[in-house]
Amino acid sequence: MTNYFTYPLNAHTLLRKKKAIRRDLLTQTNLDDKRIAILGGSTTAEVRDMLELFLLHAGIRPVFYESEYNRYFEDVMFPESGLKDFRPEIIYIHTTNLNIRRFPALNESCEAIEELLANEMNRFSGLWERIEQDYGCPVIQNNFELPHYRILGNLDAYDTHGRTAFIGMLNYRFAGEAEKRKNLHLNDINYLSAWFGLERWHDRLFWYSYKYAMNYEAIPLLADSVASIIRGICGKAKKCLVLDLDNTLWGGVIGDDGLQGIRIGKETPEAEAYTEFQRYVRELKERGVLLAVCSKNDETNAREGFAHPDSILSADDFAAFTANWNPKHENIRDIAYTLNIGIDSLVFADDNPVEREIVRAQLAEVTVPELGSDIVKYIDILDKTGLFETVSLSADDLQRNMFYVANTERAKQQEQFASYDEFLRSLKMVAEIAPFSPIYLDRITQLTNKTNQFNLTTRRYTLSEIQTMADDDSYITLYGKLRDKFGDNGLVSVIAGIKKENELHIDLWLMSCRVLKRGMETAMLDALVARARECGLKAIVGYYFPTAKNGMVKNLFHEMGFRKLPENSWHLDISENYTSKNPFIEINQ
Amino acid sequence: MIAEEIQRRMTEVLRDVLDNEAITLTRETTADDIEEWDSLAHISIIVAIENEFGIKFDLVDIKPLKNIGEFIDLIKRKTS
Repeated sequence: MTNYFTYPLNAHTLLRKKKAIRRDLLTQTNLDDKRIAILGGSTTAEVRDMLELFLLHAGIRPVFYESEYNRYFEDVMFPESGLKDFRPEIIYIHTTNLNIRRFPALNESCEAIEELLANEMNRFSGLWERIEQDYGCPVIQNNFELPHYRILGNLDAYDTHGRTAFIGMLNYRFAGEAEKRKNLHLNDINYLSAWFGLERWHDRLFWYSYKYAMNYEAIPLLADSVASIIRGICGKAKKCLVLDLDNTLWGGVIGDDGLQGIRIGKETPEAEAYTEFQRYVRELKERGVLLAVCSKNDETNAREGFAHPDSILSADDFAAFTANWNPKHENIRDIAYTLNIGIDSLVFADDNPVEREIVRAQLAEVTVPELGSDIVKYIDILDKTGLFETVSLSADDLQRNMFYVANTERAKQQEQFASYDEFLRSLKMVAEIAPFSPIYLDRITQLTNKTNQFNLTTRRYTLSEIQTMADDDSYITLYGKLRDKFGDNGLVSVIAGIKKENELHIDLWLMSCRVLKRGMETAMLDALVARARECGLKAIVGYYFPTAKNGMVKNLFHEMGFRKLPENSWHLDISENYTSKNPFIEINQ
Repeated sequence: MIAEEIQRRMTEVLRDVLDNEAITLTRETTADDIEEWDSLAHISIIVAIENEFGIKFDLVDIKPLKNIGEFIDLIKRKTS
């Protein structure tokens, strides 16, 4: 199927063929259902249709609720609206500067303008507050685009009476609120409209005729942006960028041109463009995206390229480095295996159209942007479709590459040991296992939403739901952090169970694949059993709900000594004789 | 552009937008004759026709069109 979702978006085709594209997308299997409410301050019909396409493309099948025209405020504030029955999992508030109640009049005092600003702010923060109380779900909120006209000309931007200035102040306050409120995510239409071109964005014909607040052809871009945020919320952001080398990270062919011949640095416009692209890639790494090399080269040549004095990236920046003559799709599969991440979390960047096509054909799950071969466009092509977009930066994101580089070290060591047990002992692992605590709630939520493989129930929870579990005595919750002699792996495992009479029913059990086969899962079970016994419980009931991705844990309960019950459930008697199953990890509680 | 060509390309646009390969048009066809042609689809049709013919309708153009025949005449004027 043609890829309509790569940059630059073809708005004409998306709008014209949306029904056929939708039909195709609906033939996919393993779609996740999400109930999404669109509350509009202008017409939202096409926004809904486009958003549906972008979400289907991301593996999410939305069920929509739409407010009636310009009833975004009433739907939230008055519970008799249909919103409550709909039970939204995500709410998108599609407002624009046309929904600002009133702009400053030219004769108003500074105090009056400040009050006007505060009133406008309160109207929105009241909405967000009410949603938090009633639904506790993530809210995606547009900020405001710059105005259509400037009555004060340039002065509009800095005189407090100016609309441009007023919108700037509102946007600044929205940003402040979004930083404070964990469930509030801004859709930056201020940036989108500027990128699209304000002149085209403010096509008033669509407002006068159909009450669309923007040019019809900007709607795919808007939908893409909202979909990126939703992908982030649902843990579907891409995790790893796999890069070709020759004519992708530097100009020329290292094997033929040699270190002196490749173009990188400041000497020519082409070299400068490659340097900036390398800088962009390194910034991706710094914000938590894993990097991998997949190049048809001899490994020594490939590594030599990064020894160039002007190279921004070094060979150490890559969590996986494959340079050989095997087909790229095979190498890419190996990279996913080495890094223990799903193939669908990879993005492959290569200037060679043949390689792109082979990878697309062989590994449909890998995202392959239409990179082209013009270095000047590479950054836009990777940046503008929000592939790596996450809704917050956790401390883990900023350290992620370190975790994986340490993993490579562990793998090297493993080969030197006679037995796997001996290797595990040599790691000198220490775990911290304790009930959910406030400083870790963000990370627990993030891990809960993005873990697909080692995940027994694949239930997704919002931050406020995790918070509720943490505070509720009828739950037993545990997080696990693991470090070893190579470094800290961070918070890698989560368990939550609810007490029912004498039993604990496991609601969530998941673990990052970063620490697979280290015995961490047994350490978690030991801790869970200990807590359950302290509460006087007699048994633990576990559930395994199969998905396309969690096959690796289908025998987990069996291996842990649980007895099979009907309907995906498993039973473990803890009333007597439970022996600790974990000999390798020292526990700090 | 000759009317036949406009009508052929308009038919293609409508088939795409409404996702119905069976659509055929005559000068007398109206939106009411085609089941999928509702008000939402109407906007998509207008935009797709603009792009197909590289033209831009203005506010007064769009409203009073009675049938495909008038639509074709309007496109003909705009493209000449």
